[in-house]
Amino acid sequence: MKKTGFLERFRAWDEDRFDLTERTTGDLNRPMRPAPTDRTVSDEPVQRLAAGEMRAFSRIYPILAAILGVVLIAFLLMTVYDLPPFGAANVPADNEVPARYVRDGMAETGAVNVVAGVILDYRAFDTLGESHVLYTALTAVLILLLSLRDAEPEPDPEDVLMRRDGILTTTAALLVPIIVLFGIYVLLNGHLGPGGGFSGGAIIGAGLILYAIAFGFTRLERMLNLKSFRIICLVALCFYSVSKCYSFFCGANGLHTIFSPGTPGRILSAGLILPLNIAVGVVVACTMYGLYSIFQRGRI
Amino acid sequence: MRELLLRLWDSRIAVAAVILFAVGFVTLLLHRNLLKKIIGLNIMDTAAYLLLTSLGYIENRLSPIIRSGETDPALYVNPLPAGLVLTGIVVSVSVTAVMLALTVRLYQRYHSLNLDEIYAMAQKEHGV
Repeated sequence: MKKTGFLERFRAWDEDRFDLTERTTGDLNRPMRPAPTDRTVSDEPVQRLAAGEMRAFSRIYPILAAILGVVLIAFLLMTVYDLPPFGAANVPADNEVPARYVRDGMAETGAVNVVAGVILDYRAFDTLGESHVLYTALTAVLILLLSLRDAEPEPDPEDVLMRRDGILTTTAALLVPIIVLFGIYVLLNGHLGPGGGFSGGAIIGAGLILYAIAFGFTRLERMLNLKSFRIICLVALCFYSVSKCYSFFCGANGLHTIFSPGTPGRILSAGLILPLNIAVGVVVACTMYGLYSIFQRGRI
Repeated sequence: MRELLLRLWDSRIAVAAVILFAVGFVTLLLHRNLLKKIIGLNIMDTAAYLLLTSLGYIENRLSPIIRSGETDPALYVNPLPAGLVLTGIVVSVSVTAVMLALTVRLYQRYHSLNLDEIYAMAQKEHGV
């Protein structure tokens, strides 16, 4: 084995090109696109850095970063020294706010799971923004990647079928129904136990991704194409927005007469928490599958 | 020294979170490869969630799911950090997706993930 310094080895390891398949990268030798004529995109710091400067910079840089890391650990450990011990009672974080949520949460929201009551009733507006963040990220990824592969030809369906693996399809046929059922269970029991929209939606999305890997996108497209995708996400997000913005106009009174908290512990209880969990879970599952689909083949 | 170590052992989860955070931070700074930078950022996120959840934990208490109908706050751990971490996880997933999409665009244009090479090619393109 050739003896090299740590820095050279590190740099060699760091600079490895990722061995992406031909289909995703396209022709590597194709000439670079001509420089854009629009000069406004060139930014100053890029221009100021000469090649020699950059080489010197890259030599000092790892050392400086390592020193910075050690200093950071030291500083943060000094802060940790003043933190209360792990698992102690009467810490500052355990003040009257969580006590209030635990004491009155079940009676007010009807949710046995206090965390679900907090994120989908007391702080539901926060969760609304959260699901919109997820959907916005999906939209941004769509804008960035959707137009890329229009020109590239679709892979031959026969070719894709040939590459399909027997072990993968058999395992997926066994596992996908179980995964999706479990996801639905977690989704619907969000107010009764651990779980809820985000975790259940992520599990359903994982099941959809596994199905797409094993059986191809064309089969899944009969159920979930861009059109149905748009409609599902729009309906879920609109339902969430309307049901939560309603309480703004009613002096934060909510919809307790229509969706009553009910008997805590029943599946049809906890007022709006169950429908909101379903809406969030649908958006999360669609986003998970949508992100995978965009990254894999450039469209939904 | 012994006292310091004992004190740090008392808040061991926070120490682990600090070390994870520094590992992620140095990974973010040290590597020139964009994908490894994104991995470093995600490690930093995870450290923050670890710290937050560990602050909500109280020994010998139940998870905040009121099965028995008992609503004494002294029986359950703090439910708030779990809700906050949930928000954080969703945001970090979204940010990671957008960063990866940007990386794909850069790779499509420059056929490289190395930040230095991308800088050099961008300089050449703009005629510096």
